[in-house]
Amino acid sequence: MTRKTLDQQLRELKDKLLILGNQVEHALVESAEAFWKRDLEAARRVIQADQEINDRRFALEALTIGLIATQQPVASDLRFLAAVLEITGELERIGDYAKGIALINLRVGDRLDPPVPEELVWMAHKAADMLHRALEAFLRGDAEAARAIPKNDDEVDALYLRIYWDLMGRVIQDPSAIERVNWLLWASHNLERAADRVTNICERTVYAVTGEMAEMDISWDELEMNGEREEMLRGRSPF
Amino acid sequence: MEPTALDIRNLRVYYGDFLAIKDVNLSIPRHQITAIIGPSGVGKSTLLRALNRMNELVPGCRTEGEILFDGMNIYDPRVDPVEVRRRIGMVFQKPNPFPKSIYENIAWGLRINGFRGNRAQMDEVVEQALRAAALWDEVKDKLHQSGLSLSGGQQQRLCLARVIALQPEVILLDEPASALDPIATLKIEELMRELKKDYTIVIVTHNMQQAARVSDYTAMMMLTGEGERSGTVIEFDRTKIIFTNPRDKRTEDYVTGRFG
Repeated sequence: MTRKTLDQQLRELKDKLLILGNQVEHALVESAEAFWKRDLEAARRVIQADQEINDRRFALEALTIGLIATQQPVASDLRFLAAVLEITGELERIGDYAKGIALINLRVGDRLDPPVPEELVWMAHKAADMLHRALEAFLRGDAEAARAIPKNDDEVDALYLRIYWDLMGRVIQDPSAIERVNWLLWASHNLERAADRVTNICERTVYAVTGEMAEMDISWDELEMNGEREEMLRGRSPF
Repeated sequence: MEPTALDIRNLRVYYGDFLAIKDVNLSIPRHQITAIIGPSGVGKSTLLRALNRMNELVPGCRTEGEILFDGMNIYDPRVDPVEVRRRIGMVFQKPNPFPKSIYENIAWGLRINGFRGNRAQMDEVVEQALRAAALWDEVKDKLHQSGLSLSGGQQQRLCLARVIALQPEVILLDEPASALDPIATLKIEELMRELKKDYTIVIVTHNMQQAARVSDYTAMMMLTGEGERSGTVIEFDRTKIIFTNPRDKRTEDYVTGRFG
């Protein structure tokens, strides 16, 4: 007994997921670099490409649901397909974060002062790298690798805090900068959220491989709910 | 885990010198549906038939170990196999009604088992059995037609009614739907879900989707031992676990269809 049809369609699904993942990684880096360089052409490209990301996501979902309906997958096959449904959703949202940065880029006008901090580009590279490794771990079925990736989220958070305090300092010196600073914070926050969503992908990988459902780290939102986020910010405050 | 209906201990079944199933240890939970799955020739039906001493009717068949039912070993020499088969009833792969009327299909088995009621009481028991098997509405106007005039699905439910009439505690089903069309199959499956309120059910099926749909627990059998010739239960768990996250790699390969 073999599952030639199912196996072939699973391979096809994996290829398509990898293509979608690459496109989202690219969007993250391109949106941040375009913002840093104030390249409005590139920002428009990111916005255009987001439509394609959304279409690919729907196509992947349709393929997955079709497989569930016709092939009756169970056990590891079923866990894999359930994970694909979640992961394509996360990729689509990460794509939206990139698009959000591109929209800010277009909206802030010609002169942005303070300038876009370089850390924002580093954040995008780190988040894209995490995403790349998370998808590789998923497609390889490597739960150990998936468990290791969320630790890198701390580095992204640390960069975010650096940007945050630097911008706060500027607002104190020049309260009229508050709106421009807000755009920059918004863009940085998008990247911080993108890295969090990579953690969700890692959780789904562990589930697909082992069947174990577990939260991997305390998310920013949870800290916020517990009031710990303020404390954390205050604790690291240079003021 | 629910209370145990049948406690199988170190069960071995031989056909002559051939060890067909070996070292089965399993607690069949009470008022639950347990499915036995596994590849062809692994001994699923042999295990099922061991549960009500049906194997004894096969020449050269020998059973070792114990099956505790109500605290008593059904293989104890003092136990009457006919009584075992009344309390642990069985429905077979192919519907096998007697060549008699629908009514007599049920009444006959009752009389053989010592039913002493009058005609009105017999009518009552026949109706109850047919209702329990979800067949009453379809046959109430033709109780005296031949059981063989019914469709395959109806015949199978008639066989189930025949078993139910004897008020068993356990019902064994050996591929009860393999000869039925999809609608008749779903009816039997729905019926099983109904019946588990009152009975412990054990079903052998080749159809894994059926096992997944209908059962609460699943026992996975596989050939093991010398030359991989004897079947045994390699994994037993809640059906949901077996079909989402089985522990044994062989179960995983079998349920995902990548066995062999």
